[in-house]
Amino acid sequence: MDFKGLIIILMGSVLVNNYVLSRFLGICPFLGVSKKLNQAVGMGISVTFVMLMATAVTWPIQKFILENFGLGYTQTIVFILVIASLVQFVEIVLKKFIPSLHKSLGVYLPLITTNCAVLGVTINNITDGYNFVESMVSSLGCGLGFMLAMVIFSGVRSRIDESSIPNCFRGLPVTLIAASFVSLAFFGFAGIIENLFA
Amino acid sequence: MVTAILTALLVVAIVGIIAGVVLVVASHFFKVEVDETFTKVRECLPGANCGACGFAGCDSYAEAVANGKAEANLCVPGGASTVSQLSEILGVELSATEEKVAFVMCNGDCNAVDYMDVVYEGVEGCKASKLIYGGPSACKFGCIGCGDCAEVCPVNAICVHDNLAHINPDLCIACGLCAKTCPNKVIDLIPKKSKVVVMCNNPEKGAVARKHCKNVCFGCKKCERVCPTQAIKVENNIARIDYNKCSGCRECFDSCVTNCIKAVDFYEGTIG
Repeated sequence: MDFKGLIIILMGSVLVNNYVLSRFLGICPFLGVSKKLNQAVGMGISVTFVMLMATAVTWPIQKFILENFGLGYTQTIVFILVIASLVQFVEIVLKKFIPSLHKSLGVYLPLITTNCAVLGVTINNITDGYNFVESMVSSLGCGLGFMLAMVIFSGVRSRIDESSIPNCFRGLPVTLIAASFVSLAFFGFAGIIENLFA
Repeated sequence: MVTAILTALLVVAIVGIIAGVVLVVASHFFKVEVDETFTKVRECLPGANCGACGFAGCDSYAEAVANGKAEANLCVPGGASTVSQLSEILGVELSATEEKVAFVMCNGDCNAVDYMDVVYEGVEGCKASKLIYGGPSACKFGCIGCGDCAEVCPVNAICVHDNLAHINPDLCIACGLCAKTCPNKVIDLIPKKSKVVVMCNNPEKGAVARKHCKNVCFGCKKCERVCPTQAIKVENNIARIDYNKCSGCRECFDSCVTNCIKAVDFYEGTIG
């Protein structure tokens, strides 16, 4: 495995295939927790952490258990089961051993248990045919991409809060419109990644 | 066909059982003992996170109370009912907190006070205008009227009307955030049972102060003389009431020349 390939996977999943802004997964926390910068960062870190953990667990399950028994089609249900219990497990362990981290991430962890971005990452890693290291790098990239989108959007939202908006657009409508603009901006990255390291 | 279904069932079931067992074991071995007193104490607190008790929020105050590091009668918004609940939980007798209310010690609304001949178009807010030119009114000690206090109020008890902040005593939880925010320190926490208030904060000599505002206290000391319990003292040209001595007879209100002493009843919600 060459190093360049890993960098391309990482940058590709942060910028080009950004989970929120290009693939439209994980929109729920993206709209829900992006009101304040520190919350957005907390959520981003939690999602990155859970994505890495989930990939580390689901990739071996897929390769060594499901494919051995010819059960590839049960992927979704098994992954949901595993990810949900994994997040619960991590929460219990964090509460016991690192209470400070639990205090800062604790609010977000239950929200991510059945997050579609996390499930999407694990499934896409399999469909893209990545090996274990590539999968981990791609999950890291997706998590960072999620955090980037959250941070950028929390900045946009703080501007929205201060501007005068027509009554009928206040609240969710203008937030969705702003989200679509940010998403359009990210389409600018499409196609540049292959040439970046050529 | 049947075997395929059975293997699928079996594998998913086994994965599920393993996950379940791991969670049960984890929750058993990694159990964190949550102090029961903490949970109970936290439930009694109002949860406004105002910080009037001197702690970072209701959670940290509850922790301090549960560990015996803080007195249980520090919660101002909770008042007497919270104190009695807490003393029940902790099994100790506690004296109730005196119910307080925030009050704006100024009656210089736009009908009473003179304004400077300047138009300020800068950063809004009391702090900013105080910093730059002392506020729009000629009196530099009274309410500026830009509503910094209304913004920090966690219960929306403050409204600015005629360039003067008004605090609704029914909504006020006496957290003191407005008093801390006010750049002129014109908001004060006073006992809710008070019957009279001095609505002026201007320490200038009577004649000077009178030029700026109609409702000013110019320190004639008439109230000082009529008070039967010597609760009023004029210091720095403003009458100040010692509420520990005040009997609530309202003699001072009747005698006040400029009407800057007002009769109030915070339980009835009347000011006049």
